[in-house]
Amino acid sequence: MLELVNFYLIPGLVLGAIYALAAAGLSLAYGVLRFAHFAHGDLMTWGAYAALVAVGALGISAWVALPLAVLATIPVALAADRAFYGPLRRAQPAVLLISSFGVALMIRAVVYFVWGPTPQAYARGFTPPLVFEGMRIQQRHLMILAGAALAAFAAHLLLSRTRAGRAMRAMADDPDLARVTGVPVEGVIRLAWAVSAGLAAIAGVFLAIDTQLTPNLGFNILLAAFAAAILGGIGRPWGAALGGLLLGVAEEMSTYPLLGGAPLLEPAYKTGVAFALLVLVLIFRPQGLFRGMG
Amino acid sequence: MTLLVARNMTGGYGEADILHGVDLTVAPGQVVVVIGPNGAGKSTAMKAVAGLVRLRAGSVTLEGADITNCAAEGMVARGLAYVPQERNVFPSLTVEENLLMGAYARPAAAREGIGRAFALFPDLVAKRRIAAGSLSGGQRQMVALARALMLTPRLLLLDEPTAGLSPKLCALIFDKVRAIAAAGIAVLMVEQNARPALAIADRGVVLTMGRNRAEDSGAALLANPEIGHLFLGGAAPDEADAA
Amino acid sequence: MEAALLYTVTMLTLAGIYAALTLGLNLQWGVTGLMNFGVLGFVAAGAYTSALLTAVPSGTHLGGFGWPWWLAWPLAALAGALLALPVGAISLRLRADYLAIATIGIAEIVRLFVRNEDWLTGGPLGISGIPRPFEDLGQPWGAVAYLLLVAGVVALLYAMAEATAKSPFGRTLRAIRDDEDAAKASGRNPAAFRLQAFVLGAACMGLAGAMLAHFFKFMGPDALDPVTATFLVWVMLIAGGSGNNRGAVLGAVAIWAIWAATDWLAGQLPGELATRAAYIRLFLIGLALQLILLYRPQGLIGERLPR
Repeated sequence: MLELVNFYLIPGLVLGAIYALAAAGLSLAYGVLRFAHFAHGDLMTWGAYAALVAVGALGISAWVALPLAVLATIPVALAADRAFYGPLRRAQPAVLLISSFGVALMIRAVVYFVWGPTPQAYARGFTPPLVFEGMRIQQRHLMILAGAALAAFAAHLLLSRTRAGRAMRAMADDPDLARVTGVPVEGVIRLAWAVSAGLAAIAGVFLAIDTQLTPNLGFNILLAAFAAAILGGIGRPWGAALGGLLLGVAEEMSTYPLLGGAPLLEPAYKTGVAFALLVLVLIFRPQGLFRGMG
Repeated sequence: MTLLVARNMTGGYGEADILHGVDLTVAPGQVVVVIGPNGAGKSTAMKAVAGLVRLRAGSVTLEGADITNCAAEGMVARGLAYVPQERNVFPSLTVEENLLMGAYARPAAAREGIGRAFALFPDLVAKRRIAAGSLSGGQRQMVALARALMLTPRLLLLDEPTAGLSPKLCALIFDKVRAIAAAGIAVLMVEQNARPALAIADRGVVLTMGRNRAEDSGAALLANPEIGHLFLGGAAPDEADAA
Repeated sequence: MEAALLYTVTMLTLAGIYAALTLGLNLQWGVTGLMNFGVLGFVAAGAYTSALLTAVPSGTHLGGFGWPWWLAWPLAALAGALLALPVGAISLRLRADYLAIATIGIAEIVRLFVRNEDWLTGGPLGISGIPRPFEDLGQPWGAVAYLLLVAGVVALLYAMAEATAKSPFGRTLRAIRDDEDAAKASGRNPAAFRLQAFVLGAACMGLAGAMLAHFFKFMGPDALDPVTATFLVWVMLIAGGSGNNRGAVLGAVAIWAIWAATDWLAGQLPGELATRAAYIRLFLIGLALQLILLYRPQGLIGERLPR
């Protein structure tokens, strides 16, 4: 039982928390902008490397560098919107999706160019895990869980309690009605990008803390983030966060040796769990999941 | 001074024009009803005034200020509120949040606006925390009206506010329209329920094929046999009211 | 001289293989409006199928069976189609963006599968000893003959794609893409038509995969990557003009020429700079896509509707 908790449940929750942040940002952008933003994973990567620069230049820890990573990622999303997505605002969602695919490549190219393909880490060395009654938890895992909960709570407050958050939800419901109601549409879109990119940066830094930095860091979990967003009803950040948590736990649990010694699923196929879940959702609950941001 | 003056409105969606020189005028506190057959350009004329359809020619002034082709999102701040025919509430927002959206341009006025909205539509008080998407058609229309009134516009544009509602609810909506006008807010509305709408209207405008066909006081249009025959179904007034 | 000839032939062969891919994607996206971001998965299905069937027997993977290429290639196309069938059946009735996500997923699963199922695919070692048709003619004539074979296949695919576009089937596909409700109202079942287009396009990709495997004479998990196998094909189609088969072929050749030329230029730079230049090239291809979408959304040749 303890083995299940220590080696499967806790890592699952940590991965799930990262998915949750990634999916919530993706879902928010989808709700307001109405297209699947394929560059979201690369925004995560960008945030993670921005934190690496801060860690190297200022000698701070990755946790402290988090706000700097957020600040460095928001302008990238805003610039992409201004240069590429904005002029295509009236185009079909498919065109925007392709455009975002191109933006993803451009961001990744810059990451490769500046930091190279070699995996890197924020810090070296080993921190012993904390032990409570046989339950072992890595300090970084505890901090990721707490940080993700905090970020999700802040995003929730923003969406549900503030005027700008209400405007974003109104835009997700009906952009034309929001316009005639006097919502400055472009301003709200910029705010949505900022929040989405901020969440992406946090997710990216957390993922890099838990694993390591590679130029494909974010792209590698883009599929999982989409699966989580669809699981929770795309366009609903809160549902996406729950979907992410569920997916992370499912992914880690999938390799648990429940029957005899063999794992349920070969660990090599772990990342396929996201896809399998996605397929199940697409078959059984594709509709009912995408109304508004409630 | 006239509140709204729209002159020679010409335009439509994309290449083809739908409006071919439509004129509309509304005086302060008046209720003006636009009627006409399907495809006459009634809704398009409303959208053109609201800034949602681009005009190729013509002009729109509100209290003397030129608002031709101004951005739709700036109209609320100029004192013009528009309620579209369909999809006129934010379904996933609560009733109260929908009302707050109506005061987006001036948040300071929100509290007072909500007080007035609940006074005009007391039924909504009990529903304030309910998602607008789960309300009935009549209740949604009330939410939409209340939201448009949040910042006390000088002119309220309504696109078929009674579409799909029962006769009883239609009568209620028309009562509210009169009450809104009595409070000094002019109303310009498109209506398919032409007879009861003209009955509460100060003036009526008949559009056909994107052009003005006739204009007179509501009572005079109702009494005009030619208009009655062509646009009011030709039936006697009491029969049409029951329909 | 012979080196220059060989280089030109190599580049043209690859351009031809890309043209086959672009024609397949054009049937899916250009004509029918289906977003396939997992081209790689279908290419891999075809490449591995043909590789296993034609390679010499080996202990590191299943087979090979030493079949002749002309028997294996149709089966490679079939493999692409068979992979597309379940993906399409599940996701085609859904929205366009869901299909895009699902196809990325299928490409990911295929990638995991070929890397991990050593008994079948040789895992990371891949499959070597795939015979290239006409190689016994010696160089450079063997390469020239293979180029002609690829060109012949592309010409055949082009002719079939054109015939499809002009047929009632093609007209229905466009009608569904442009106005699904109207197409439904006229009594057609959009889902069935979409599925057929998706499967046919995937068959083209499977065949292109086979041509690629036989050209490389090797297939392994690292021989294909999403940038060159999926993204580049999209850029080619959009640059050429989606919905137009001539545009698809032209876009494939033009973009491949730019890609190969910049690759050659980057190769002239010394060491470290050469790797970095490759990243600049990646950036510029992304930027080129954006500029086409913004300033020439119809591509080099826009869609011309056959009468």
